[in-house]
Amino acid sequence: MAEIKLEDIIKPENLVFQKTKLFTDKPLSYCPGCGHGVVHRLILEAIEELGIESETIGVAPVGCSVLAYEFMNIDIAQAPHGRAPALATGIKRVYPEKFVFTYQGDGDLAAIGTAETIHACNRGENISIFFINNGIYGMTGGQMAPTTLPGMASSTSPYGRDVASMGHPLKMTELVANLPGTRFVARHAVHTPALVRKAKKAILKAFENQKENKGLSFIEIVSNCNSGWKMTPVKSNQWLTENMLEYYKLGTLKDE
Amino acid sequence: MAKVRGAIVVDVERCKGCELCIGSCPTDVLRMAVDVNGKGYHYAYMENPEACTGCVNCATVCPDTVITVYRIKVVD
Ligand SMILES: Cc1ncc(C[n+]2csc(CCOP(=O)(O)OP(=O)(O)O)c2C)c(N)n1
Ligand code: SF4
Ligand code: SF4
Ligand code: SF4
Repeated sequence: MAEIKLEDIIKPENLVFQKTKLFTDKPLSYCPGCGHGVVHRLILEAIEELGIESETIGVAPVGCSVLAYEFMNIDIAQAPHGRAPALATGIKRVYPEKFVFTYQGDGDLAAIGTAETIHACNRGENISIFFINNGIYGMTGGQMAPTTLPGMASSTSPYGRDVASMGHPLKMTELVANLPGTRFVARHAVHTPALVRKAKKAILKAFENQKENKGLSFIEIVSNCNSGWKMTPVKSNQWLTENMLEYYKLGTLKDE
Repeated sequence: MAKVRGAIVVDVERCKGCELCIGSCPTDVLRMAVDVNGKGYHYAYMENPEACTGCVNCATVCPDTVITVYRIKVVD
């Protein structure tokens, strides 16, 4: 067999994967290894594959992904202080033919904006909510969030979350699955190639559901926060597998 | 018998040295360079390029989407 040189493989006609054009040219501001980057990509790839880039409006949260609009080359607004589902409600009601999604961390969605989240889900707004749960307030310095695991250390629970005094981690996804307004509710993760591919399918479905006007799609992505957890990216993904997935079980909770 | 050969191109200046691609490669192609990029990060490169099948695993987990993947069919 003749020897194959890299130049023979690296040619446009042999391309099997490249960065979606819906990313802007700005390098992502996230820490090395942060799952936010993967979720951004999956959302943009889904939008590109469905060909809805000119019909999609996103809503960014507070938290590390407050700058999502810098990286996503689509129409996107930013809602301070957990109000993303309320803003998305308004946008969707004014433009019912648009595809509207929120992108929210667990501090934003499960603490700061719990009310907006629950009521948008309960009303069954015809939007998609993407919920990135890293069990911590990443941006502001790794404080405990409602989603922090029992015993998990954070900058405001340095000896670990004590359930007796600090309460139980809030399972938002289970909670909204019980509301009649939600149509598709699932929990995914993005730290292995197989899980990334599954998460992408759920994200695609969340957008497709908006065409049918049947209610809200809520996709949780269990993710890492290497900086807040004070671990290397590789270690944090191991820790996620061994600890987070036990409490936050992956799978589809509701699909109607 | 047809088999596949792959190759990746890393956007070196945008790699953040997280090492997540390394463990995702089923054929142990990738390593981190001893050298660093302009931001001071060690970057990923193909240490064993002949083992790459172009499976896209590394690009799938890369949080900064700095990996581009190519693949060809090879007929013996
Ligand atoms: C009502 C309110 N309280 C506090 C803040 C400050 N704040 C901004 S981002 C943030 C944490 C967000 O964490 P999370 O949603 O988990 O996102 P991450 O940074 O981890 O991605 C907080 C507390 C705020 N914006 N609004
Ligand atoms: S602080 Fe945490 S959530 Fe924020 S970019 Fe860094 S790793 Fe990601
Ligand atoms: S494309 Fe697959 S085989 Fe090639 S380096 Fe990436 S993970 Fe390894
Ligand atoms: S996963 Fe991406 S950013 Fe991380 S080391 Fe590999 S190529 Fe670099």
